Amino acid sequence: MIEIIGIIFIIIGLLFNLLGCIGLNRLPDVYSRLQATTKCVTLGTCSILFGAFLIKGISTTGVKALLTIVFLLLTSPVAAHAVARGAHKSGVKLWEKSVCDQYAEDDK
Amino acid sequence: MGKRLVLFIFSFLTWLILTWPVDLQHIIVGLAVAVFIAAVSGGLFIQRVHHFRQPTRYLWFCYYIPVFLWECLKANIDVALRVLNPRLPINPGIVKVRTTLKSDTGLTFLANSITLTPGTFCIDINAKEGILYIHWLNVLTKDTEQATQLIVTKFENILKRIFE
Amino acid sequence: MRYIRYFLGLLFIITILIFISFFPISSLLWWQSGALSRCFFVLLLCFALCLLRLMLGPTPADRAVAIDTLGILIVGFCALLSIHTGRDWYLDIAIAWALQSFIGALAIAKYLEGRGFDD
Repeated sequence: MIEIIGIIFIIIGLLFNLLGCIGLNRLPDVYSRLQATTKCVTLGTCSILFGAFLIKGISTTGVKALLTIVFLLLTSPVAAHAVARGAHKSGVKLWEKSVCDQYAEDDK
Repeated sequence: MGKRLVLFIFSFLTWLILTWPVDLQHIIVGLAVAVFIAAVSGGLFIQRVHHFRQPTRYLWFCYYIPVFLWECLKANIDVALRVLNPRLPINPGIVKVRTTLKSDTGLTFLANSITLTPGTFCIDINAKEGILYIHWLNVLTKDTEQATQLIVTKFENILKRIFE
Repeated sequence: MRYIRYFLGLLFIITILIFISFFPISSLLWWQSGALSRCFFVLLLCFALCLLRLMLGPTPADRAVAIDTLGILIVGFCALLSIHTGRDWYLDIAIAWALQSFIGALAIAKYLEGRGFDD
């Protein structure tokens, strides 16, 4: 029974990964793409790892999967934040239909 | 001394998880490695030790985790629906919000939670004046106070009790 | 341009429906049978989309985003391999890969900021 729950977690994670990658190709500028990939791909991969934990139980694989979840949740938003800040500093423009850019106003 | 003790406990627990089936040899090597790490990089990571002795902070942290996971799930469904919609209903922009958190750990956790919750994404932090610059996928308001109400407040109230 | 976008969205939705229909509920116990390869196919499609963005990306920042995403996807791939083969050291590779791709993303971001690596 618990294995089937784990498999359902893995399938949900794969779907979220696929949606994140579609968002990477469909959205118009760097910042929106970062939104899609950071959220969907991080949670999708965490879901796959949690499914691995449920299938394997408390063994070497399962406990390491939990540790990997913690590492991913801590590191991937920081990496995305750094890339976004670097992109803004290097002069990548927002999408032309964007509403406002208060960061560029304050930076001058 | 307290800082090194906390760092020692953290690194020893991480070592135990990495070599999971608990074994006498692994424990001995782990003790040596954790003592070495705590001695070399003592006061780098942990600033205020007395926070670790207050049990209410752990309880608030336990309350923070399900709130965070629920917001994370909502964020994913939101982004997925926006991506799948053929008309691509996005309205992006960068807004400015204020925060009252001061400590580095609190600001880091606040930025991480904002990044993983619906439609918002932290771009830069100005720690001196307490200002966060946030990329918002669907800008509802350009006003700083209203944006603070909508984005920051619900996490700030919890994180203030954990890290401040 | 708008119609092209409509068409692409429709194509993506149809692709997703095909990949969902690969998973019949009755055959959920798949890791002895060969059906795990379908999961690998979904992840390979993700890799292909990331590589497409890596190829097309108009700015260096887009390419940095694609590389960061690839790093996270490989962690999930390692977890699936670990279930499939029953060896636990794939998770060691996953942990090391997650930390190393984090450091790589930070280095690329520093480079994009245009300052140099010393502050």
